[in-house]
Order: sequence, then structure tokens, then C-alpha cells
Amino acid sequence: MNGMVHLRIDDVAVEVAEGASVAAAIARVTPRFRLSRSGRPRGPLCGMGVCFECRVTIGGEAHALACMTPVREGMQVRTGG
Amino acid sequence: MAERCDVLVIGAGPAGLAAAAAAAGQGVDVMLLDAQPRAGGQVWRHDIAHRAPRRARHALRRVAAVKRHFGIRVVDADASARMLRVEDALHAREFGWDRLILATGARELCLPFPGGTLPGVTGAGGLQALVKQGWPVSGKRVVVAGSGPLLLAAAASLRAHRARVLAIVEQAARHDVHAFARALWRWPDKLAQAVQLRARLLGVPIHYGAVVRAARGDGTLCGVEIDSAGVSVELACDHLAAGFGLVPDAGFGRLLGCELTAATQPAIRVDALQRTSVESVFAAGECCGIGGMDKARIEGAIAGHAAVGDESVARALFAARDRARRFADAVAHTFTLDPRTRTLADGETTVCRCEDVTLDALRAFHDARAAKLATRCGMGACQGRICGAALAELFGWSWHGHPRQPLFPARLASLADESLARRSCP
Repeated sequence: MNGMVHLRIDDVAVEVAEGASVAAAIARVTPRFRLSRSGRPRGPLCGMGVCFECRVTIGGEAHALACMTPVREGMQVRTGG
Repeated sequence: MAERCDVLVIGAGPAGLAAAAAAAGQGVDVMLLDAQPRAGGQVWRHDIAHRAPRRARHALRRVAAVKRHFGIRVVDADASARMLRVEDALHAREFGWDRLILATGARELCLPFPGGTLPGVTGAGGLQALVKQGWPVSGKRVVVAGSGPLLLAAAASLRAHRARVLAIVEQAARHDVHAFARALWRWPDKLAQAVQLRARLLGVPIHYGAVVRAARGDGTLCGVEIDSAGVSVELACDHLAAGFGLVPDAGFGRLLGCELTAATQPAIRVDALQRTSVESVFAAGECCGIGGMDKARIEGAIAGHAAVGDESVARALFAARDRARRFADAVAHTFTLDPRTRTLADGETTVCRCEDVTLDALRAFHDARAAKLATRCGMGACQGRICGAALAELFGWSWHGHPRQPLFPARLASLADESLARRSCP
């Protein structure tokens, strides 16, 4: 039933199952989702949209929560913000 | 223009689904809202690789005809106007209700420890949630740590997704957990669940009376040091899933002006019919006190029936709720946090992850307000949802006064030009 979805994470092509989160797609490329205020790497903590540690830029929209966003074909994602 | 309904249910986990099912029918117009893209809440979160449990499928079928709006974030609400503003990926929307049922669930308690902000360190339920939506753990080495039955459930999920669970690190003492296990005959269905869970975790060592001393790694996690009953053990791993239990998500109730309990982690106060202190607002499930899925479902059903005036049907469920609450009390007693769990952080440990505030930077202050003003602790993107609960445990700080809108960070457009927005900017 599940097809595959193709997206780009920091210009790396990634293929994940339909229904997966953007966080799951990013994890295939890097464990570092963003930099903290003092420049230290961070990744998801809560997995449910509370901690905001997984925020990335999705399709040009900054501060999007990767754990709450289902993947869509052709998505462009930027980490490290 | 606001969309109106008779009964608005916030949260589509076990409590919210039970509430919606109980209230629906008999010509009552019910609307179900949730922040996640799909129904199920955390415990029945959709798993892209595995079929939903039978009870979850049943609960979802019962609300198949109920109107719903998922993937929303609450921006603002007004109990007297009976209006709620949310935003989804594209738009802001308003909903009006005649009766409101809060089933906003719980969050994980993430206590600070050295290395706890390294990528690869997550909550226990946190990693479980990520994995259900495709986070790759096949062949990865995972240590599950913290406290409570959720550790076993998370470890079992991780194994089902082919992770190598190296150890479960439970802070509660072995004799307390064993005494709890021996008393499970009083709840035969729970005993059956526990036996099943242990079978799924065969071969996974469980350390009791054990805590994480530190997560290690340069830039990303590569191992953990645990203190297992006084003995230091180093484990190389790819993931550390650490959760110290759950705390009620009472934030929306607080925004509406609902009275809360006086606990370290406040819950929404309800009466026997699950009514809050605010007229026509009910609450059910974990947001009224942590107690697990059975308590949540029964409270949800009581709230749903009570909200549509079926008081006698609601009252018939009181005995079942009492039984579920007794089980919840036994769990809470068994997994009470040992004082050691509050002293894991050292001075350099980050407590507020949004603003990079260390424990040392907070020690000079006597309350949350002073600490916030001087350090910005709790004022970042998560608005104190993570560090606030931790500091309530560590220092006994009461974190929130009356919350301000927006409840979650929102787009400016969602705040602009409509009725509720005017109230937000006095």
C-alpha cells in the first residue's frame, strides 16, 4: 500500500516511505537538525511537536517542525538553521 | 467566520476519541481537533510499518463519522466567547463551541543530565514516536532510560522496528517494581499486557535503581555512562531514549482559566463528571492527571456523555474509572522519582535547550520569574514546555502564571485582524 516519496535534504536526494515524517527523512542524511543559540548541534527530542528542537526550513518556510510534517513528493528541506 | 459545533473535542488520543464517540449521535454535532496529522494520540500514534492495535482500530471506527480537523496548532481561545483560534499549515481558523472537552494528553518529563542535548538523545516516548513515523533504527544500538512502564513499551516498539535495545535503565528500585508486578493479579488485563511486553523484551537487560550519568559524544551521541546500583557502566550506542515519566499537558486548560491541581506538575482539576471549573468545559485523560490509557478512555467516555446530558450513562462508568485510577496510583507509587534523578545535571549541563541556559546560570535565582528575566530561561521556542517541567522537579519552581497568547508560536497572519486577536494585544 505504501509508495515511496522522494525529497531533497540539503541537496541530498532521499527516498522514504509514504507517511513518514520529514524528521525520519532527515535522519537518513544527518543527525544534526539545527544549531542552538550558542552554535551547538541539536536533533529531535520529544517527537511530538513540543520541544521545537527539530525545526528546519521546509520549502522555504523557516521554523517548520520536522517531526510533525509528513513527507511530500519533491519537498526541499534545509537543516542547520 | 467561525465554524460552530455543539461539542468540540481537543485531542484525538484515547480520551478524546472516547469523548467524541460518546457525545456523537443523537443529533449532536461533534468536532474533533488534533495537532498531529492523524488520530490516535501518542499511545495509538499511527505506525507506518505496523498495523494499529485492535482497540485503536475500534476507537477510530467509532468516530469515523465525526467531523475533524487535524494538523492544527491552538493559537488562542476565549472561554466566555466560546471561541478557539487555530492555525494549520496554511490558514488560521476559528471554531465556536457550546461545550468543550479538553483531552490534551501529556508530555514526557525530560530531566537534564550531562550530554543530554547531543543529537541522538531523545525522550523514550520521543524516540518511539519518531520511529513509528519512519525514523531509521534498524540495527542501531539503543539504550532506553528513565522511569516507568513507558520504557518497556518504547523498548518493545524499537525492537519491533529491529533496533538493538542494549539495556533498559530504570531508576525505580528492583524490589518496588517486583512488588508492583506481584500485585498485578488485581488487574488481570494489565498482568496479561505485562507478560506480553516482557516476552517481547526477552534478552534485554533491565537495570533497576539505575540512572544515566552522562551521554557522551563529540557533536553526536556515541555512548552513555550509567550508574547501575552504584556500579558505573559504559555502553557504546547510537541512541539514548530517556524519559522520566509523563506530565499532564494542562496548558490549554490554563489558557481558558480552568483551575489546576496543586501538584508539582499541575493537572486540570475536574469533578466526578469530568467538569472543569469553567462553565461548559470538560477535561479527560492525562491532562487531568497521569493514569494511562484505560483511565483516559473511561474519563473520555464520562466527559462525552456528561457533555450531552447523559448523566446516568456517565455515572455508570464511575466504578470502572475508580478501578483504573487505583491502578494509576499503584504505578505512580512504584515509579516515584528517586532524589538522585534530580541531581544528574552538573553546573555546565544545559537546562533550557532553546536559550542554552546552564544549571549554574540558574542557581542564583529563587523563582522562575527572576530566572526568566535574567537568563531568558524558558522564553525560547518551546516556551518552557521542556525546561519548565524539569525545573518544577529540580527546584520546585512553579513555572507559569497565566499563559499568554499565542499558546504556540504562530504566524503573524494567524494573529491578525479577527475577533480573538484584538484581545491578544491589550
